[in-house]
Amino acid sequence: MLKTFRIGGIHPPENKLSAGKHIAALDAPKQVIIPLSQHIGAPAQALVKKGDMVKVGTLIAKAGGFVSSNIHSSVSGKVNKIDSALDASGYRKPAVYIDVEGDEWEEGIDRSATIVRTCNLSAKEITDKIAASGIVGLGGATFPTQVKLVPPPGSKAEVLIINGVECEPYLTSDHSLMLEKGEEILIGVTLLMKAANVSKAIIGIENNKPDAIDYLKKLAKEFNGISIEPLKVQYPQGGEKQLIDAIIRKQVKSGALPISVGAIVQNVGTAFAVYEAIQKNKPLIERVVTITGKGVSNPANFRVRIGTSIQTLIEAAGGIPENTGKIIGGGPMMGKALISAEVPVTKGSSGVLILSKEESVRKPVYDCIRCSKCVQACPMGLNPSLLMNATEFTEWGLAEKNYITDCIECGSCSYTCPANRPLLDHIRLGKNKVMGIVRARKQ
Amino acid sequence: MENKFIVSPSPHIHGGDSISKNMYGVLIALIPAFLVSLYFFGVGALVVTLTSVIACVLFEYLIQKFLYKKQPTIGDGSAILTGLLLAFNLPSNLPVWIIVIGALAAIGIGKMSFGGLGNNIFNPALVGRVFLLISFPAQMTTWPVPGNFPLTYTDAETGATVLAGLKQHAGDLPSYADLLIGNMGGSIGEVGAIALLLGLVFMLVRKIITWHIPVSIIGTVAIFTGIMYLIDPVTYANPLIHILSGGLLLGAIFMATDYVSSPMSTNGMLIYGVGIGVITTVIRLFGAYPEGMSFAILIMNALTPLINTYVKPKHFGGK
Repeated sequence: MLKTFRIGGIHPPENKLSAGKHIAALDAPKQVIIPLSQHIGAPAQALVKKGDMVKVGTLIAKAGGFVSSNIHSSVSGKVNKIDSALDASGYRKPAVYIDVEGDEWEEGIDRSATIVRTCNLSAKEITDKIAASGIVGLGGATFPTQVKLVPPPGSKAEVLIINGVECEPYLTSDHSLMLEKGEEILIGVTLLMKAANVSKAIIGIENNKPDAIDYLKKLAKEFNGISIEPLKVQYPQGGEKQLIDAIIRKQVKSGALPISVGAIVQNVGTAFAVYEAIQKNKPLIERVVTITGKGVSNPANFRVRIGTSIQTLIEAAGGIPENTGKIIGGGPMMGKALISAEVPVTKGSSGVLILSKEESVRKPVYDCIRCSKCVQACPMGLNPSLLMNATEFTEWGLAEKNYITDCIECGSCSYTCPANRPLLDHIRLGKNKVMGIVRARKQ
Repeated sequence: MENKFIVSPSPHIHGGDSISKNMYGVLIALIPAFLVSLYFFGVGALVVTLTSVIACVLFEYLIQKFLYKKQPTIGDGSAILTGLLLAFNLPSNLPVWIIVIGALAAIGIGKMSFGGLGNNIFNPALVGRVFLLISFPAQMTTWPVPGNFPLTYTDAETGATVLAGLKQHAGDLPSYADLLIGNMGGSIGEVGAIALLLGLVFMLVRKIITWHIPVSIIGTVAIFTGIMYLIDPVTYANPLIHILSGGLLLGAIFMATDYVSSPMSTNGMLIYGVGIGVITTVIRLFGAYPEGMSFAILIMNALTPLINTYVKPKHFGGK
C-alpha cells in the first residue's frame, strides 16, 4: 500500500488542467517590479538607486538579516524607481521597478543547456553560494534555503526529504519541472545532500503523477543515495510535517522543527534552483508558474522572470475570462486572492488560478451540527470547531491549550464543513492573536 | 481597465458537503427498514410514520416562524429525520393524538428549546419517545404482532416483544431467520436487522458516519451479554438474540450516531459507544425495563460535553 500521512487529510478534485503542458519561456516584459520582501524573514536592503543600470543576475538587494535573502535583477535595464508596490498579500511593500532594455546577462552565468554533473565545492561553499544566489523554498513558504541547511547546534540531519508532492489542486509547475528538468533536479538534490551532510535523500511524489515517478526512478539509478517514494494522493501532503510523517513515519512535535526528527525538507523547484545556482552560476531570477482555471483558454506552465506582472501571464494564457470572480496567487486551498492582476510574480509564486464568479461565492453559513467532519479532516489532529468557537468568544487560553498555534492553515476544515462554517478564517485570527500573547509572555 | 475581484481568505473551494445532504443521506439509509415495517405492520406503520413526520416538520416550522421569528429551515431535512426516527421508536398501533404529543416533545422540548439544530444536548427523537414511554406506559408497550401488510391500525392484535418475553421468562423465542428479517413484535423501525445493517453500510460508504459508534455499542453488548450467557445460559439469552432484538441496531446505527449529541473525537466516540453498550445491557439484564437503549443513549448524550472536554482528537506529534 502507498504511504501517506497518518492523521486527517482530504482529497479535493485534482483539476490538473495544465498537466503535461510544456514549460514555455515567457520573454521579459517592458517593466518588472521586484519586491524586496519575497521571503519569510527580514526584507532585503536595496543596493541600487534610481537611474542605475542593471543586468540579468545583478545583485539589487542584499539579505537584511540571518533569516532573509538576496535578490537579483531578473532583467537588464534601468532602475526606474524604488517605491512601494502591491504584492500578493494585498499590502504595498517596497520594490525595485526596472525598465527593461535589451537582455544582457551578468558575465559568468552559463545559459547553455549542457548539464553539468560534477561539483568540487565543499559543503560550506555550496551553502554560501545558495545564500548568495538568493534561493528560498519555492514550494510557497519561501523560507531562505541556506538557513534550513545549517542545523542548529546539537542536532544532526539524517535524511533529506524532497517535496515533489504538489498536493494543491490545479497546480502543475513542480510536475512539469520534474518531467523536463529531472536530471537537473537530481543533481540539485545531490548538492543539497552534500551541503546538509546527509547520505540519503527521498523524493516524495503523489501517484497522480506516474510519469514523473517513473522518469525520476529511472534517472535516480545513476545517483547515489536518492530514492523515489510514490505517495497516496492526499491533501495536504506537501505540508512539511505531513510529508515527513508520510515518508519516514516520524511526527514532528508541536513547536519543533523537522530537524528534531533528523529531516530537512526541500522542494523539487528549490533543488532545481540550487542546481542552476551552483552549476550554472545563475541566481534565482526566474521560476515556473502555472496559469490555470476552468475558464482559462490555454492553461499553461510558464517560465517567467521574477517581477513580471501576473496580468502578463494571464494574457499569455489567453486573457482574463469574461466571468472572472477571483484571481488567486497559488492554489485553491492555500493561495491568496489578489486584489489586482497587476501584482508581480515573486519567488514564492507557484501558480495563478482564475475562478469564475460562481466558483468564488461562499455559501450561507449554518450553525455547527457537531458532525466532527472537520476533526476527521484536520491533518494536525486539532478540533477546528472548538478552535473557531474559542476565537469567536475570545477564549485565548482555551485556544492555546487546544494547540491553535499548530494549525498549518491548510483549509481542510473549511473545505469539509457541511454547514459552510468559515473555520479557518476564525482559526487564523485566533492563531495570530495567541502567537502574539505567547511572544509577549516570553519577553 | 480596472477589474473588481472578490477577495477572501483561503480556502477558495468547498467540498460541496451540506447539512441537507447528510440528513437526506440518513433518510435514504432508513428506507429499507421502513419497507420492512410496512410489510409486517402495514397500515399502522404508514399512519404512525406519516403523522410523526408531518407533526415534527409542522412544529419546527411554527416554532421557527413564530417564536424564533426567523426564516424556517425545514428544508434541511433534520425535522423529517427526527419525525421518522420518532415513528421508528413507536408501536404501530399508537393513536394519532399521542404521536402528536410525542412530536411536540421531540421538536419543542428536545430540539427547539435548546436553539434548534446543532444546539440540542439530547437526541430529539428519543426525548419524544421517552416522554411518551413515561406518560403513556400502557399504549407504548403493547405491540401489534407482525402480519403480511395488515390493514389494521389501533385495532391490531397485540403481543409481547422478544425482550419483554425474556424478562418474564415466557414465550418462545423467534427463529434467527425471523429476527434477521424482522418478523417479530416491536417498534416500527427496530425490527428487520438486515434492513438496518444495509442502512449502516450505505452511511459508511457515503461517509455520513464513521464506524466507531455503532461498532463500539454492538461490540460492547456482545461481549457483556456473552459473558453473562457463559456464566448462566439458562437465565440469560445469548448475545446474538440481544443484538438482533429490541432497539439495539436501530439505536446503535441511527440514534446514537446523531451528530449533534455525540462526541467529536474518535476516542470520545468509542467511550460513548462502550458507555451506551454497558448501560443498555445493565438495564436489559438487571433493570425493570425490558429495553434500555433509549435511556442509555440519553444518559450518554448528557455525558457528551464532558467527553468532549476531556477526550481530545489524537494530536499530531503527540502531547
